[in-house]
Amino acid sequence: MTQVVQETFSPSPPAPEPGKRDWLKYFSFTTDHKIIGIQYLVTSFVFYLVGGFLATLVRTELATPESDFVSREVYNGLFTVHATVMIFLWIVPAATGAFGNYLLPLLIGARDMAFPKLNAVAFWMIPPAGALLLASFFFGAPASGWTSYPPLSLMVNKVGEAIWIMSLLILGTSSILGAVNFLVTILMMRAPGMTLNRMPLFCWAMLATSALILISTPVLAGALILLGFDLLVGTAFFNPTGGGDPVVYQHMFWFYSHPAVYIMILPVFGLISEILPVHSRKPIFGYKAIAYSSFAISFLGLIVWAHHMFTSGTPPWLRMFFMINTMIIAVPTGIKVFSWLATIWGGKLRLTSAMLFAMGFVSMFVIGGISGVMVAAVPFDIHVHDTYFIVAHLHYVLFGGSVFGLYAGIYHWFPKMFGRMMNEKLGQLHFVLNFIGFNLAFMPMHKLGLEGMNRRVAEYDPKFATLNLVCTIGTYILASSTIPFLINVVWSWTKGEKAPSNPWQGLTFEWMTTSPPPAENFAVDPVFTIGAYEYGTEEAREAIAAGPVLAMAPSASHG
Amino acid sequence: MQGSTVDSSQPIVDFHHTSGVDHGHHGHPDHRIMGIIVFLVAEAMIFLGLFMAYLTFRAVAPTWPPEGTPRLELLLPGINTVILIASSFVIHNGDTAIKKNDVAGLQKWFGITAAMGAIFLVGQLYEYFHLEFGLKSNLFASTFYVLTGFHGLHVLFGLLLILGVLWRSRKAGHYSSTQHFGIEAAEIYWHFVDVVWIVLFFLLYILG
Repeated sequence: MTQVVQETFSPSPPAPEPGKRDWLKYFSFTTDHKIIGIQYLVTSFVFYLVGGFLATLVRTELATPESDFVSREVYNGLFTVHATVMIFLWIVPAATGAFGNYLLPLLIGARDMAFPKLNAVAFWMIPPAGALLLASFFFGAPASGWTSYPPLSLMVNKVGEAIWIMSLLILGTSSILGAVNFLVTILMMRAPGMTLNRMPLFCWAMLATSALILISTPVLAGALILLGFDLLVGTAFFNPTGGGDPVVYQHMFWFYSHPAVYIMILPVFGLISEILPVHSRKPIFGYKAIAYSSFAISFLGLIVWAHHMFTSGTPPWLRMFFMINTMIIAVPTGIKVFSWLATIWGGKLRLTSAMLFAMGFVSMFVIGGISGVMVAAVPFDIHVHDTYFIVAHLHYVLFGGSVFGLYAGIYHWFPKMFGRMMNEKLGQLHFVLNFIGFNLAFMPMHKLGLEGMNRRVAEYDPKFATLNLVCTIGTYILASSTIPFLINVVWSWTKGEKAPSNPWQGLTFEWMTTSPPPAENFAVDPVFTIGAYEYGTEEAREAIAAGPVLAMAPSASHG
Repeated sequence: MQGSTVDSSQPIVDFHHTSGVDHGHHGHPDHRIMGIIVFLVAEAMIFLGLFMAYLTFRAVAPTWPPEGTPRLELLLPGINTVILIASSFVIHNGDTAIKKNDVAGLQKWFGITAAMGAIFLVGQLYEYFHLEFGLKSNLFASTFYVLTGFHGLHVLFGLLLILGVLWRSRKAGHYSSTQHFGIEAAEIYWHFVDVVWIVLFFLLYILG
């Protein structure tokens, strides 16, 4: 049988020499999941830089209590577009699109996604949608926050708001098409022997994430369609002056946007579950607990949305329901965190850049998780609603969590993606600046919020001035931490040391093929032989020593 | 679009087939039907979201439908409902026919389905033009038009799929008992649109 396979696939071109690669393919409508993954990663990172630039402008405005750097109207546009870009054009496409596309087929031993062309379509919806969103600055940017609550969103900067709706509808469609692809790929295309309970944990995370995307994103689309009618046609679905109900929008919006938090963090949980065992040289602790807790989080994540609406007239009995559900989410999340800690406990830790970011992820995410339980409590939430405490909480989850995890993923898989090692010294500098800048920027916001500083305002009481200046300085450090990273990427991509097939001695399929993998990933059919996390065993040592066996022709591997 | 999807997924399908490890019992292992079904989950959720919005508007409003809303005529939409439900059975005959390699039968049943779908759409438009309220009359009117309109767009898309199948079936050998993904996809989609209409009819016309 292997002979037949080899004959069928021998024409597939071998991995091109790094450095001689044809870079134009990154701009083409390719169906190769690896290139699409890199397209997602680079595109979303560009948007991350844009979003970061907007954040720097926001913090510059907030360096002083007066509205002196930009006008209030521009300020509203800045934070609205900052949040929209970071959520819909950076974290969601990077966590699901980039790593999902690049890693899933490799991890399960498939040659591509189930629907490669659909995959390319989903990617190519993102650049125009992003360009559309940024173009809104020329017409008056959307200025009602990324939540776009009516009636405010129906009253200010209508053109920008319409562009915002259009852009989000495109991005949502892209996300749904991607989820269809991930789900079918994971369920149907696994290598022989790889049962669901043997899948690497990132696959479990993507399964749970894709289910969430499929269930929640369409409801946001529904809300946006109705909002668009209110805005452009003049209906009154959400407009109280015409008999509509703005709270219905909030329900529909948060029915997506709370699960969106998990859409942005579950894939990163998956990345961390892959990275920690490799750099600790230990089996993952609690495989099934980590795998199934993703589903617990997904399910619970769908029935907690109104905790964003405790101050929107939600009746007290309903608040109790959502408060308790929200707090229960801490249980499956805690299971993951303790499993990760148990994984690295007593391991032979290698403090690579990837590992630093992964451990940074765990510690920072826990802070965001704990403040999450705090704001789940109704009485506390009513006190801190729409204050900087919320801003601090969400950035610890989304930056300290998702972004740290995405950086860990980039450092870990960069050698596989581009066939070059990244520079560790620059990586460590990046981590240190990132860690200090991040905490300096966001830790003081907890205190600001508790003292009553409102979010989404360009001016504030002078008594908050000192801490705000600290936040702004932290932001500048955070922004500057990107410079060593960018230098590292550009330098490593072009001139870096050539990466071996398995630089971290990993056990998943992607490390058993060349760096970068050939066009169809493997020259032989991968068959599940050794668990993804069985570090420390004799079989693991043999498998790692064997080199890129999956990229060798069958005759060669049989000796 | 559909044709191109076929081509792109072909190598993978072949690969799995050659390796002979999975789908061994199935003549044509491809995952497109599953992809359609998974996609329809998302479609169902957008309708569910809109239905829940409607139910919430209805529950929160002091009177529903708002005062001054004329009652909806039931005769024409009732006939339309019967036609659409019946068409789901008709289209299934087409699927049965192609599984017996009967292309003429497929064309007959899909042709009838297309005609029924077109009648439904024309009936819908006729109703729109004779209603006493417009899109912006009140909250009920707005939800009525957006829900039926959004469903109508889905009927239109399903109709286009069916017409696409009919167009392609002119070429001999394009569809056969072993190769009929497009037919199955159109049928599944048509059933979905049908089920959505039943819920919608209940919510808007019966429940009011």
